[in-house]
Amino acid sequence: MWRDSILGAEYNRRMENPSASNPAIPPAAAPIVSLRNIVKSYRRGAQVVPVLSGISFDIAAGEFLALMGPSGSGKSTLLNLIAGIDRPDSGQLIVAGTDIGTLPERELADWRAANIGFVFQFYNLMPVLSALENVELPLLLTSLSRSERRSRAEYALSIVNLTDRLEHFPSELSGGQQQRVAIARALVVDPTLIVADEPTGDLDRDSAADVLGLLKRLNEEVGKTIIMVTHDTRAASHAHAIMHLDKGELNTSEAVIV
Amino acid sequence: MHFFNLILRNTLRHKLRTSLTLLGLVVAIVAFGLLSTVVDAWYAGVDSASSARLITRNAISLVFPMPATYAQKIRQVDGVRGVAAANWFGGVYKDPKNFFPQLAVDVTYFGMFPEFIVDETQMRAWLRDRKGVIVGKKLAETYDFKIGDTVVLKGTIFPGNWEFVIRGIYSGKTPKTDVSEFFLHWEYLNETMKRNVPRRANQVGLYMVELSNPSRAAEASREIDAEFKNSLAETLTETEKAFQLGFVAMTEAIVVAIRAVSFLVIFIILAVMANTMAMTARERTAEYATLKALGFAPSFVVTLIFGESLLLAFVGGAIGVALTFPVADVFGTAMGSLFPNFNVSMHTVVMQAVSAIAVGIIAALAPSRYAARVNIVDGLRSIG
Repeated sequence: MWRDSILGAEYNRRMENPSASNPAIPPAAAPIVSLRNIVKSYRRGAQVVPVLSGISFDIAAGEFLALMGPSGSGKSTLLNLIAGIDRPDSGQLIVAGTDIGTLPERELADWRAANIGFVFQFYNLMPVLSALENVELPLLLTSLSRSERRSRAEYALSIVNLTDRLEHFPSELSGGQQQRVAIARALVVDPTLIVADEPTGDLDRDSAADVLGLLKRLNEEVGKTIIMVTHDTRAASHAHAIMHLDKGELNTSEAVIV
Repeated sequence: MHFFNLILRNTLRHKLRTSLTLLGLVVAIVAFGLLSTVVDAWYAGVDSASSARLITRNAISLVFPMPATYAQKIRQVDGVRGVAAANWFGGVYKDPKNFFPQLAVDVTYFGMFPEFIVDETQMRAWLRDRKGVIVGKKLAETYDFKIGDTVVLKGTIFPGNWEFVIRGIYSGKTPKTDVSEFFLHWEYLNETMKRNVPRRANQVGLYMVELSNPSRAAEASREIDAEFKNSLAETLTETEKAFQLGFVAMTEAIVVAIRAVSFLVIFIILAVMANTMAMTARERTAEYATLKALGFAPSFVVTLIFGESLLLAFVGGAIGVALTFPVADVFGTAMGSLFPNFNVSMHTVVMQAVSAIAVGIIAALAPSRYAARVNIVDGLRSIG
């Protein structure tokens, strides 16, 4: 569907091969995320606190999955593992065709730069950079020229309807606008996967609806695979599938299709 | 967006904090430069001393004189080209705080000091006038002495009010030449002593000895001292440099203290800078975690911190070095002729630059280590 849309076609034309290290997205039928017996625990002093106990599931390319569960259920930990910013104690974790559990730190950083777009609850923009520069930031890790970087960043901001805020600094933007800049930053490298941790947790209802609508549009029109952690059922209703976690275990062993 | 732009904007993020840190750094670098220049000025006499000149004095102490007849015997020592008698005059100009060195010297004295440049006409005028004096350029500027001015000194070693007429103003061949001295005629002093205090006449405080071959300094010194062995006034002859070093050695503890304070100042600003950079790194934990999550290597955040610290150090160091020159000028003028050569040396400037850069590097070490080790998950949870 997204391949036929105007946004999808334009996006594909503009974002073609931003980084030499970006692998091709696997065919739609193949899972883009594959977890097998993932175990993760944290240490609090001498005490070991189990967070995830043997989780296994697959996520198909083009999916929009919501991870839900009460506080401490392990949903953010699971998202961090999939995004490659944390490592499991055991189990196999294949994302975008790479077993990221075995990658050395340096290669894992390169892999994240090429494959993962992050959207955080508190936006995590650089306060000293303008909206345009914040979006351009991840492109510093590519071989693109300065003008190409700028052009791509401008386009990403146009997708999130912020062309009139290019030179504004985060402190000059509303929460919703900052989150849209963060989404543009996640998009700009044409990642295989967008991970969003409570993306509407710090927003009012209207801004939250905007951001969720945008994520949905990116999933449907551009075909981005999105995994979103949320405790808000209204937010989760925008996803194709909802996965419930409780005490480190899935309520079902497979994703629940809404 | 350029990498340097990011460093610059980070540096200017907390303008007040950056300004205060810069101010501290500038003050420290200026203080370091000023104290180093004081130490240099202390050793200026040693640095400008000639290896072709010896100084002969009474072996007991400098305050004991030698007979004027020694000049003839010294002149006969092999390798001696010239001898000039000199006496420390020690007069007071208006107020005791107006200190400047005053020497009663032979007319041959200036011939042995080619670094003192005196106009020929002025020299002739001085030679003709027994009350005439030649003063250094800096001394003349300090007290606004002009050719033809009458200067009255109150004698402390040689009692009475002594009236002199400025006949010449000498300048230095190099910036290190002492241009703050006051030279009167030894003959005039001696004649006055003959008339007023005969027992103090024909006495010389020290002899300046010029050698035809500087490499014979040790032998000539031994031969001169041997000449007066077992006499009423045995002599001690040493090179001009050794003589000057002897003076500096008397105040060695002060020099060591000044040096220690100058390094202490740098250490204090290092602690201030390190604290600033540590606060900066702590506040930006979430940003460093975000950068790492986006795929930037730890070396990127380390470079950001080092860049910011070095930028501060460079700007503070540059302003500090630039300000040292006018501050040293004011300080040197305020000190009058106490420090005849109060010039900021290239060595001091290099030391200031090295200190500033070292402060920048060391201050960034601990924060960089912290930022490089920030765990992404923990860092994202932190609130800046």
